[in-house]
Amino acid sequence: MGNLSLTSLSFDIVVLGGGIVGTACAREFAEAGLRTALIESAEIGGGATAAGMGHIAVMDDSEAQFALTRYSQLLWKEAAERFPPDVEFSPSGALWVAADETEMREVFRKQHYYIQRGVPVEVLDARSLAEAEPNLRPGLEGALLVKEDAVVYPPCAARFFITEAQQHGATLILGKRAVGTRGNTVQLDDGSYIAYGNLVIANGIVAQSLTSSVQLEPRKGHLVITDRYPGFVSHQIIELGYLKSAHSIQSDSVAFNVQPRPSGQILIGSSRQYGLDDSAVDMKIVSAMLRRAFEYMPGLRRLSAIRSWTGFRAATPDKLPLIGPSPEAENIYLATGHEGLGITTSLGTAKLLADMILGRRSAIAKDPYLPSRSYALHA
Amino acid sequence: MRSMPEIITFSINGSPVRVSGGTSVATAILISGETAFRRSVSGEPRTPLCGMGVCFECRVTINGLQHCLSCQTVCQDGMEVQTG
Amino acid sequence: MKRRQFASVVVVGAGPAGLAAAIRASESGRQVTVLDDNPSAGGQIWRGEKDRRSGNDASAWFQKFRTCPAEMITGARLIHGDPERRILSVETRQEFFEIGYDKLILATGAREFFLPFPGWTLPNVMGVGGLQALVKSGLPVDGKRIVVAGTGPLLLAAAAYFRKHGAIVPVIAEQAEWRSVAGFGIRLSKNLGKLFQARSLRLALRSSRYTFSTWVEAAHGKDRLENAQVRTGAKVWREPCDYLAVGYGLKPNIELPVLMGCRTQSGVVAVDEFQQTSQEHIYCAGECTGIGGVDKSLIEGEITGLAAAGLKDSARRLFAKRRKTRQFANVLDRAFALRPELRQLPLDGTIVCRCEDVRWGRLRPMNSWRSAKLESRCGMGPCQGRVCGQILEFLLGWHPESVRPPVFPARLESLTQDSEMKESLRT
Repeated sequence: MGNLSLTSLSFDIVVLGGGIVGTACAREFAEAGLRTALIESAEIGGGATAAGMGHIAVMDDSEAQFALTRYSQLLWKEAAERFPPDVEFSPSGALWVAADETEMREVFRKQHYYIQRGVPVEVLDARSLAEAEPNLRPGLEGALLVKEDAVVYPPCAARFFITEAQQHGATLILGKRAVGTRGNTVQLDDGSYIAYGNLVIANGIVAQSLTSSVQLEPRKGHLVITDRYPGFVSHQIIELGYLKSAHSIQSDSVAFNVQPRPSGQILIGSSRQYGLDDSAVDMKIVSAMLRRAFEYMPGLRRLSAIRSWTGFRAATPDKLPLIGPSPEAENIYLATGHEGLGITTSLGTAKLLADMILGRRSAIAKDPYLPSRSYALHA
Repeated sequence: MRSMPEIITFSINGSPVRVSGGTSVATAILISGETAFRRSVSGEPRTPLCGMGVCFECRVTINGLQHCLSCQTVCQDGMEVQTG
Repeated sequence: MKRRQFASVVVVGAGPAGLAAAIRASESGRQVTVLDDNPSAGGQIWRGEKDRRSGNDASAWFQKFRTCPAEMITGARLIHGDPERRILSVETRQEFFEIGYDKLILATGAREFFLPFPGWTLPNVMGVGGLQALVKSGLPVDGKRIVVAGTGPLLLAAAAYFRKHGAIVPVIAEQAEWRSVAGFGIRLSKNLGKLFQARSLRLALRSSRYTFSTWVEAAHGKDRLENAQVRTGAKVWREPCDYLAVGYGLKPNIELPVLMGCRTQSGVVAVDEFQQTSQEHIYCAGECTGIGGVDKSLIEGEITGLAAAGLKDSARRLFAKRRKTRQFANVLDRAFALRPELRQLPLDGTIVCRCEDVRWGRLRPMNSWRSAKLESRCGMGPCQGRVCGQILEFLLGWHPESVRPPVFPARLESLTQDSEMKESLRT
C-alpha cells in the first residue's frame, strides 16, 4: 500500500492541513460516510495547533463569535468522554480578572450576557478570588469564573481526531504538500494529483497561497512554559485588559494570561504582533509579556522557565473565521482564519462544513462565517 | 600555618547536616544516604547523572525554591534543602 | 565588587580553553570578564584543582589566571544572547544581569554522552564524569565498589581517580576492541601522552580488570543500584557495586553558539583559522569546536584570546601546535567508535527521556524528533533534550531542532530585560 500511486486516487473530500481544524473536519466527514483524505506536509498538529495554549473558551466579542465558541465548547465536552489521557482535557474553568472598578463593571456585563445565554458563570469578589488563586496579587477587584472553559493538549487532540477519522476509513497522506489545484484535482509537490469531489482548505495561514480569495493576516504570538509547580495556578486566568489587547488591530500588545497544564507546568502568555513573518523569539516581547504577568502574579518571578516559542494566528479583518465555500469555486471550501480561537472552534467548524456539504440543517447560523460575507471595516 | 577546614551547618529534609566548606549540595545529599533527590514524572527515585548542570536529575528545593540544581550549588550555613 | 556592565572581551566557560583565552586577551590589554555556571573555575577536567599546589599544568594556568586582571564571575549561567546588540543575559543564584561585549569567546566545553539501558535510571548509576565531579566536590568513595564502563580514555582517568580516593574498581568495561585502542595507545605514546598520563593508567590497571569489547547491558537493584550486568562476548556476569559510572564519550555543548547564530558542521561549531565563528564578533575554543582534550582546548583558547585582542600574528605562531592536537582528536574518534550492539541496549520499557519518563517502546515507532516531542513530550523537560536528543540521534538518526531562549532553564524574571543601555557603552 505504501507505494500506491496517488495519481489514481480520488476522494469525496480532500482536506488540506493536519492541524486541529483539518483533523476535526476529516473526522466529521469520515464519520458521515464520505470517502475522505487528509494531506499534511509535516506532522499532525505540529503547526499553529502546537503553538497555542489549548484553551477551550467561550468568547463574547460578537454574537457570531459567541455562537460558534459556545457551540464548539459543548461539542468538546461531549467528545471528551472518549479522549485518551494524552489529550489532557481538563475542565479547569477560566477566570477573567478585574483589576479595578471599571473592569469589575465589565465582569458584571459579561455575567449578565452569559447567564442570558445559559453559560454557567459566577462572579468572585476580591476575597473569593484570593481564595481561588492565592498566587494572584492582593488588591484585585474580583473576577468572572466561566465554569465550562477547559484546557486541552491540542497536538494529541488532533492526533486523536485523525485516528478516529482513519478508523472510519479516512486516508492520511503525510509528508506531501499541496501546491495548487486544477480542475477537480489537487497537485502535490511530488508531481502527483489527487481528485476530489470537494476540497477543504484548512491549513491556516498557508491557505493564502492556494486561493486568492482569502484575506488573512498572521498575528504572531509568544508563549513561555515553566517547570512543574502543581497547585500554583488552578484556573486559566486572563486579565480583562486582554480584550483591549486582542481587539487592537494594529499595535503590538501583551496581556496577562496563564494556564495550568495537567502536568503542573504553567503556560504564560500572551502577545500579539502584526506584520511579521519571522518566527524567532523576540525577547523584548517576552520581557514585556512576563512583566505584565508579574504585575498580576508576583510569585511567578522565581519560577523556572523551560522554553519559549512563537506561533502565527491566521486572522481575518472581522476576527471571525472563514467557514464555507470559497468565492472562486463551488466545491472548494475554506476552514481557516480562526485567529486565536482555532482549538475551541475547530469542532464547530467541522460540523458547519459537513452540514453545508451534506445539505444538513445546522445548529447555529452559518452566514456570519461564510467567506463570501462582506467585512464591516472597523479596522 | 594550616587553617582548619571550614564547617558548614545546614539541613536536609529538616535534619541537621555538617559538611566541610566547598561541598556541593548534591554531594551532601549523597553523604546523608538519601537516594531520591527527586521523584521522576512516573514516581521513580533519581540521583544525579551528569554532575555538571546538564541533566537536571539533581533538582531539589533549596530555601523554598523548587527545581534548583544541587550539583551546581555549594552548601551554605543555614540552607534548607528538601528532596523527593 | 561592582560587576561590569560591559567588557571588551567576554569569555563564557572557565575550563582550560576559557582560562587560556582570558589570560591571553587580558595580557594583550583587553578588559576581560569570564562567566561560568559552576561554583568555581576549572571546567570539568580541572574541577577542584584551583586550590591545589601541585606543579601540574592546571596549577600553572590557575596561577596565571589569578595574576591577570580578568574578572571572574562563577555560578553565572548564560541564558540568552543577542548577537546584533552584542549583549548577553546572565543569571546567578541571586540576580540576573546583562553584559555587553565587543568580542565574545565561547568555550562551553562538552558533556558526557549517555546511552539508555535497562536500569540506567536507578539511583547511583551515574556518568563517569558525573561521579568524578561529585567525588571532587567531597563525596567519599573509600571502600566503595565502582564499576566503570563506557568508552574512551576518560574511563581510565576516572578509574584511577576513584582508586586514589580509596574505591575498589573491580572492572573497567571498555566497549571498543583492544585492537583499535592498542593502535590508539601506540600513536598516543608517540606524540600526545599528556592527556592520558601513563602513571595513572598503570595505577588504574593494577588491580582492576580493564577489559575490551565489554559493556554494561543492565543495572539491577531494588531501590538503588546493587549490581551491574556486564557482557563480554557471550559471557555475561553480574558485578556487585555501590556505583556504576558509565559514559560513552563526550559531545560538544553547542546550544549557546547555535542560539548566537554560529554555524555548525557535523555537530561542532565551525571556526576559521583564528577560531572565529560565522558570527564576526564571536569566537569558539575547546571542546565545542570538536572533542580533543585539554591540549587542544588550551592552544585553541590561546589563539582565540590573541585573535580576539587583534594580535593575529601572535595567534598565527601557535597554529602548528594546534594542528598536532587536532590530529589527536581524529585518532580518538576512530579508536573509540561506538559498536552497533549498543543500539540494542534499550528494551521497550527502558526510559529514554529522563525528564518526562518517555520509554523506548513509545519512541521507536515514531518518525521524527518533532512528532516525538509533540506526542510523547520527549525532550520537553528541563534538560531541553540535552540527554535524550543525542541518544535519539545515535539510535534513530534524528537531529535536534533549533535552539530558542532560554538556552538553559532560567527564572522567569531573568527573561526580562532592563534596558538598551549597554549598547551605548560600547566604544
